[in-house]
Parts: sequence; structure tokens; C-alpha cells
Amino acid sequence: MSDLVLLLVTGLGLGALYFIAASGLSLIYGLMGVLNFAHGVFMTAGAYASWLTMGALPVEWPVAVRLVVGVLVAVAVGAVVGLVVEVVLIRPLYRHHIQQVLVTVGLSLAGVAAAQGIWGADPRPVEKPGWMSGTTVVLGARLPNDRFVYVLVAVALFAGLLALLHLTRLGLVIRAGVENRTMVEALGINVHRTFTIVFALGGAAAGLAGVLYSQYAGSVSPAQGSSLLIFAFIVVVIGGTGSLAGTAVAAVVVGLVQQLANYYAASGVGDLSVVLLLALVLLLRPTSLKGATA
Amino acid sequence: MTSPTDHLTHTHPSSVTPGGKEESTMTPVASGEARPGWRRLLRVLPAVVVLAVLAYLPYLPVEVPGVLPGRVNGPGSMQLLATCLVIGGIALSYDVLFGRTGLLSFGHALFVAAGSYLLTISLSTWSLPLSLAVLVALALSTVLALVVGAIALRVGGIAFAMVTLAFAQAASIIVMRNPGGVTGGEEGRPLDRVAVPDLLVGVANAPYRYWLALGFVVVAWVAVTLLVRSRAGHAMAAVRENEQRASVLGFGTYRVKLLAIVVGSFLGALGGVVHALVLGGSNPHLTTSEFTLSLLVMVVLGGAGSRWGALVGGVLYTYADARLVEVSNAPFLQDLPVVVRQVLSQPLFILGVFFVVVVYFAPSGLTGLGGRLIRRSGSR
Repeated sequence: MSDLVLLLVTGLGLGALYFIAASGLSLIYGLMGVLNFAHGVFMTAGAYASWLTMGALPVEWPVAVRLVVGVLVAVAVGAVVGLVVEVVLIRPLYRHHIQQVLVTVGLSLAGVAAAQGIWGADPRPVEKPGWMSGTTVVLGARLPNDRFVYVLVAVALFAGLLALLHLTRLGLVIRAGVENRTMVEALGINVHRTFTIVFALGGAAAGLAGVLYSQYAGSVSPAQGSSLLIFAFIVVVIGGTGSLAGTAVAAVVVGLVQQLANYYAASGVGDLSVVLLLALVLLLRPTSLKGATA
Repeated sequence: MTSPTDHLTHTHPSSVTPGGKEESTMTPVASGEARPGWRRLLRVLPAVVVLAVLAYLPYLPVEVPGVLPGRVNGPGSMQLLATCLVIGGIALSYDVLFGRTGLLSFGHALFVAAGSYLLTISLSTWSLPLSLAVLVALALSTVLALVVGAIALRVGGIAFAMVTLAFAQAASIIVMRNPGGVTGGEEGRPLDRVAVPDLLVGVANAPYRYWLALGFVVVAWVAVTLLVRSRAGHAMAAVRENEQRASVLGFGTYRVKLLAIVVGSFLGALGGVVHALVLGGSNPHLTTSEFTLSLLVMVVLGGAGSRWGALVGGVLYTYADARLVEVSNAPFLQDLPVVVRQVLSQPLFILGVFFVVVVYFAPSGLTGLGGRLIRRSGSR
């Protein structure tokens, strides 16, 4: 029983990370049809921004305070990077989907290589607040505290994005754009500005995901973002594009499946069963992604 | 906005026309001319000359300072050139999917790695003779392509890209976990040298490995040429240009796309086999998504939908990746700030930035750009 509780909570924590990483990806893809390979670079940028900030702040400050500042900086850096990439690189290629993907691919290569050149390929350890490294005993299971943080942050992000999508005018435009972009444009709404905002939002979420993933892994490394990105892609496909609730459910399912299979079968089976799950979903309901091509 | 491959037809006409136009006008010109045989000879002449020069390189004891390590026919240069050629041929096989059929696959590395690993595994673990091992590697890889392709093609466009990526990632995970010790994990699996002819082993025999790589490129080139000129090749072009139209015209687009995947993957697996023989083993880098992404970069860099483009892109990319490290040591860069030099010391950074520039300013790739320049200077 305690094993199961532990697996469920760690799986939820992992799913929370996947959701934070995939939410921006899903919004961008749903609205703009851009498969953003540079999302991994946004995450890496956030992780390194936070690592540098935490190192630059006075050591006397508690680690938790420095981490909070680091997270804020990472979110800001992610948003700015997303904004700049959209305005400079994506916007001129509006409607050329393959070219947009290619540009983000080039960006992901160059970004990882740049980080590797400056900070080296080896993982650098990050400081973790004492409480987050500890455990809490619930129902006989010793649960790592940091998983609760990830879940709380993910729930807050989910609620925040839902509120944005359903309570604001911007959210209305985004939802309408996902539904039928041509019609929104025909109604005289400036979709371009919405694209930029969505990209900045996605970048901010990616920055957040980068910091939390570096806390999860205990280190920052240039290739970290791309490894998280693959699972984020899978989550987006399983969840259906542009659907935030679908992404959330898919993230939780993927996280749980991965943890449970890794424990009850063998190490590594979890990653495989996630891919199997993806194949299954595609075989059973191949139309889940039709919104992107129609 | 009908399909993600629209750009290939409507928005960037120049991105395919160099290759496409050449092929579509080839037949009428050849049959309309008085001496079609002579015209055809002229057409294949550049390829034959390049092939002859490349085949002669192992006899060339010349030093090219800064371009190649040591003499041209030295082991270092031969090995580098052989690697460049193998990767060029693999890029050619990827172009069957991307450039010819318009399929944005992120899983091509899976089949290259399958060819490479199945060869080393069947030689070492199953103790098969080389000829049988090659057959097993090619057959199993092709079956794998059939299965993966059949599943992945249930979705189209960008979703297809994601699904193929996921499959390749699964393979990468399996290889890294080293089940039963057959894949060797991060170390890779070395080639069983006893099972391979002596001609292909050892530093002194680098020229033979080079000729092997060259032979693979020729095979891939001829196979792609025949495919493109066949009925199936025309159907692939139709699917690339406008899938809906091709479907309405009565093409079985699913079967055409599956055929492209199987043929491309077969050639890719052959490339993997040759790669393992040339480099003396299977490297887990072949399974990673970065490798597939680099294949995509090569094809776009050189020019998608053109044999020269894919080949030149693959060769140049591999060469640059291996040799660009020297750039950061160049004297004219020593005055730059340390951070800039650190970034420039990464070949992938330069290649990535260059790639973005090419996507923007030369959507038909380097060969397309070259062709355009030649035509412009010829018309004046």
C-alpha cells in the first residue's frame, strides 16, 4: 500500500512537470500550428537563468528565497526569449508551417550547442531548499516534498490558464483562433498580436518547467530541455491539440503509467509503455489531431 | 491552410522547382530531341565525373593543408571522407521521405540504427556470417519500417512527425538500457572483427572502407533515380504537391506514402550497415532524435527533393561538424571575447545558425542556390 501511494504521488509529480512543459507547447501548436522544437531551448534557458541567478544572489539568503527569485527570473527570461523568437523568426514565415518547424529545429540545435560552449556539457549541480529535499510520511509512505510543490505549481498554472482562456477577452480570441483561425481574422481581430502573446506565455511556462525540472534532476545541463520536450510532445499528441484539459489529463496519465511500469515491470519499461500508449491512442482515435491538419 | 506540406507547392515555389522542374521536363526533352542518347549522356556526365574523381582519391598522395587531416589518401582523411559519404547516402535515403513525398518524419534514425545494430548483433551475438548478417539486418529493418510506417501513417502532417519521433525515441531508450547486453548501452556495440573480411579492418585499409562507402552512395543514388522515374515515384511527387488532389485522382495515397517509408528506410538501413562497417561498430548516437534532426538539416541545407542536394548537404554537414572545431582556433578569432569564442567552438551552433539562414534566404538549399546562380549568369 505504501509503495502504491509513493508511486502515485511521484507519478503525479512527474505528470505535473510534463503538464507545465506541455501546456505552452499545446497552446502554441493549437493556435498557430507550429510544432515548437525550440521549446526545449526555452526550458534550458529558464533552467540556466535560474541557476545563474541563484549563484549571483548573496549566499546568506535562504535557498528557498533565492529559488523563488530564480523562478521569477526564469519565467521572465522564458517569456522574453519566446517573444523575441516569435517576432524575429516565426512571424516572417507565417503560414509556412514546415519552414517554421525547420527554423525551430535550427534554433534548438544552436541553442543547446551555445549552452554547451559556454557552460560545458557536464551537468552542474543546483541548490535545493532543505524542505524540498525532505520527505513527509503519508499513509505509511515517505513522500518526497518537492513532488507536492510541482503538483501545486501545475494546478496553479492550470487554473491560471483556464481563467485566462475563459474569463478574458484575450482568452476568447485564443479559443476562437484554435477553433477557426480564418474566421477570427475575417472578423477583423489582430491575430498576430495574439500569436506573440501566446508564444511569450508558452516561453514563460517553458522557463518555469526548466527550473522545476532542474530541481527534479538536481542539476542543469544543456540537453535537459530536449529530453523533457519529447515527453511533452507525447503528452500534447495524446491530449489532443489546443485542449488544455486534455493536456492535463494526458500529462497525469503519462506520468502515472511511467512510474508504475518502471516499478512493477522493469526500469525503462515505463518510457516504452508511454510510447505504446501513444500508438494505442492513435490507433483507437486517429482523429484526435485532425484539428491541426484540417 | 490545407496541409502542412503546402509550402512545397504554393508559398515557396522555388523550394522544389529546381529538382522538380528538371524531372518533369526531362522526358519530353529527351524524346523530342533528335539525339536523345547524346542528351542523356550529357545529363549523367557530371555524376560520372564526380564518381571517377572520388574513386581516384585514394591514389592521391597530396596534402591539402587546413582542409583535410594529412594526405588525401592518408588513413585520417580517408576515414573522414568515408564517414561523410555514408552520412551523405543516408541523407539521400531520408530525402525519399521528406523531399520526394513530403513526409516530415522525425524517426528516420530508427531505421538507420536498426540496420547498424542488427548487423553488429547478428555478427556477435548470433554468430552469423557477414553476408547472412547483412540480409538479416536489412530484412528485419524493412519489416520494422512496414509496421511503424503503417501505424504512424494513420495521422498526417505534424502529428505524423511527432509519432515517428516517439517511435524513434522508444528505440533509443531500448538501446540505452542495454537489454540482455546486446546493444552495449552508451558504449555502443563494437563490430566483431573476426567475422569481417580483413580488407575492411585496420587503419591501413581505410581506402577500402572509403570505396565501400562510395559504393553505398552509388547504390542509393541509382535506387533513388529509378524510384523517382517509376510510376510510384510520380505518385509520390503527386502526394507531395497536393495530397488531396492525388487522392481524388485515384492514387492510393496511404500505399504510396507507405512505399516511400519502406524504400527510404531500406536504404537508410543499408546506410546503417555500411556505417557500422566503416566505423567499426554501432554507436548509440545513431538512435537519438538529434541524428534524425541533423538528417533533416542536411537535406534542407543541400536542397530537398534533389539527389545532389541531399548528398551534398549530408557530406558538407558531416565535414563541417568534424572540422569546424578548428575555426575557434583561427588567429583572426583570438581577439574576440571568450564567450563568443566558446560559442563558436561548437560546430552545431554554427551549423544551426547557418541552417536558419538557409531556411530564410535559400529555401531551395545550397544546390538550388547554386543552380539559380548558374542559370542567371548563363542568361546574361
